[in-house]
Amino acid sequence: MSFLSYLISGISLGSVYAIIALGYTMVYGIAKMLNFAHGDVIMVGGFVTFTCVSGMGLPPVVAVLLAVIVCTALGMVIEGVAYRPLRNAASPLAVLITAIGVSYLLQNLALLIYGANTKSFTSVIKVPALKLAGGALVITGETLVTICSGILIMICLTLFIKKTKTGQAMLAVSEDKGAAQLMGINVNRTISITFAIGSALAAIAGVLLCSAYPSLTPYTGAMPGIKAFVAAVFGGIGSIPGAFIGGIFLGILEIFGKAYISSQMADAIVFAVLIVVLVVKPTGILGKNIQEKV
Amino acid sequence: MEKKKMSKTTRSNLITYGLVIACYLIVQGMIAGDMMSNLMQGLLVPLCVYVILAVSLNLTVGILGELSLGHAGFMCVGAFTSAAFSKATMESIESAGLRFFLALLIGAVCAGIFGFLIGIPVLRLKGDYLAIVTLAFGEIIKNIVNVLYVGVDSNGIHFSTKDMMALGMEPGGKVIISGAMGITGTPKASTFTIGIILILVTLFIVLNLVHSRDGRAIMAIRDNRIAAESIGINVTKYKLKAFAISAGLAGVAGVLYAHNLSTLTALPKNFGYNMSIMILVFVVLGGIGNIRGSMIAAVVLTLLPELLRGLNDYRMLLYAIVLIVMMLLNWSPKAIELRERYSLKRIFGRGKKEKEA
Repeated sequence: MSFLSYLISGISLGSVYAIIALGYTMVYGIAKMLNFAHGDVIMVGGFVTFTCVSGMGLPPVVAVLLAVIVCTALGMVIEGVAYRPLRNAASPLAVLITAIGVSYLLQNLALLIYGANTKSFTSVIKVPALKLAGGALVITGETLVTICSGILIMICLTLFIKKTKTGQAMLAVSEDKGAAQLMGINVNRTISITFAIGSALAAIAGVLLCSAYPSLTPYTGAMPGIKAFVAAVFGGIGSIPGAFIGGIFLGILEIFGKAYISSQMADAIVFAVLIVVLVVKPTGILGKNIQEKV
Repeated sequence: MEKKKMSKTTRSNLITYGLVIACYLIVQGMIAGDMMSNLMQGLLVPLCVYVILAVSLNLTVGILGELSLGHAGFMCVGAFTSAAFSKATMESIESAGLRFFLALLIGAVCAGIFGFLIGIPVLRLKGDYLAIVTLAFGEIIKNIVNVLYVGVDSNGIHFSTKDMMALGMEPGGKVIISGAMGITGTPKASTFTIGIILILVTLFIVLNLVHSRDGRAIMAIRDNRIAAESIGINVTKYKLKAFAISAGLAGVAGVLYAHNLSTLTALPKNFGYNMSIMILVFVVLGGIGNIRGSMIAAVVLTLLPELLRGLNDYRMLLYAIVLIVMMLLNWSPKAIELRERYSLKRIFGRGKKEKEA
């Protein structure tokens, strides 16, 4: 039974990673940049919800909505101010270093506003736990909601990209920015929308993550962010189903690593997977092989 | 000699060395004249550590053109191997100077070997991937050090990742690394003088590498990998070389760091991601590829918050803003265009200087 419960909590954690990884993979696929600050947007989402629920006493639904709105705006502002001016920079390192700077800025702003103490986050999910096999296997409401929202988000996102004009524009921009522009697509707007969606997903992930693991610090988002990137790479960066599969796999791996190998080494195992994947198959399991052109 | 031909380079190098020596003399004078508080004196060795780290990271970021976010990991390797060596040989090697020298070699070589081993798979990747893998590597190192137990007794060296009991040592044995508690009782051998000497050695290695045939090959790879490959430059070899040297020098900084503390633990604060970022800020502020600049940036950014006490809370925020603003000003095509339009002369002057350094 303990195996099953580990598996379920692994899938639950994996769903959170998957939601974050979806944001990563979209941004990477379209803007061709690693948004280091993505993980910290998660933290911002967590803090906004925390402030609304614990500080202002707003109902959870409003708090989550507010978090999504704030993060969406934040994502668009970050993109416009920090990343857009560097889109055509001579060195690809420029935008990467700026992204690290943004991540650092968000962390330290949160540190100045909320302090370094861990805040205990009250779960916003009020779904009763599911008891199976006569109470031997308990699935918490948070787990249920997390897994369901992960699947729902993936389906919506796939439909959005396949069926809507904006989604098709995103695909076009990710294929070839110049050609997309010639076809009348507003590249800047498309990238901005991508960041908006990615950040909205990060906000949701933040709420889910903090509900399942109710401690909130300015550094809450950093590690899950990096792990979600690992998940996105594992699934093949740029691929939406890939990000989802990668996220679930990584969540299960981490929980099993913690349970069966060593709780301190779990992170090391996750990162070792990243290194192995990148060395053996840098394109990930569902990634496309892109030929390098001179 | 070839140096006479490259007089501009030589002069620039001499200025760099001279700057370090002048700093040393001034500081020594201030200590002799009792003009320096204890707090500032305590800051001298860490300052040397940061300068070495900044110079060594600049080799990777500026000269090799790859972003490493695991520099703190290499520093960690250097620190722990050297501190373990110093502690293990506390009785058997009597001369403190010899012990430190050997520890230094071991720390640098171990970090270099790690850099080499990590470099083989990692340097096949580029840009973002390389950054994230080096970051992952740094975290792995930190995690492993935190669960590692090492002890020495008459049977040899014992390793364990569980606890002190699992080492299974004889009663007379000595525990060297005790997991998350780290290493305690490292001899405090680092001094400001040693730090300055190590900075000079680091500079000597890096500056000579940059201006050698190998250095030009490395920079050719940075500027255009495919073109470099097509004229017969062995990309992997030179990339590995630069990366391993950079890692080794980070190891040197680690040795200096470890021998400045009586207790060495691998915390996120000293060997984590934040440390790697801090070094990166030094490099970015000083100018990517500009060795002298990164030294000055390391000194200024370390001293500034100490001198302006009130700023200390905002130090990290300041770093973040410095990082973003510097990148936007230096690399954004629009900013470059503006600069060129409004101050043509200054740009040319600066461009020349950057090439020299």
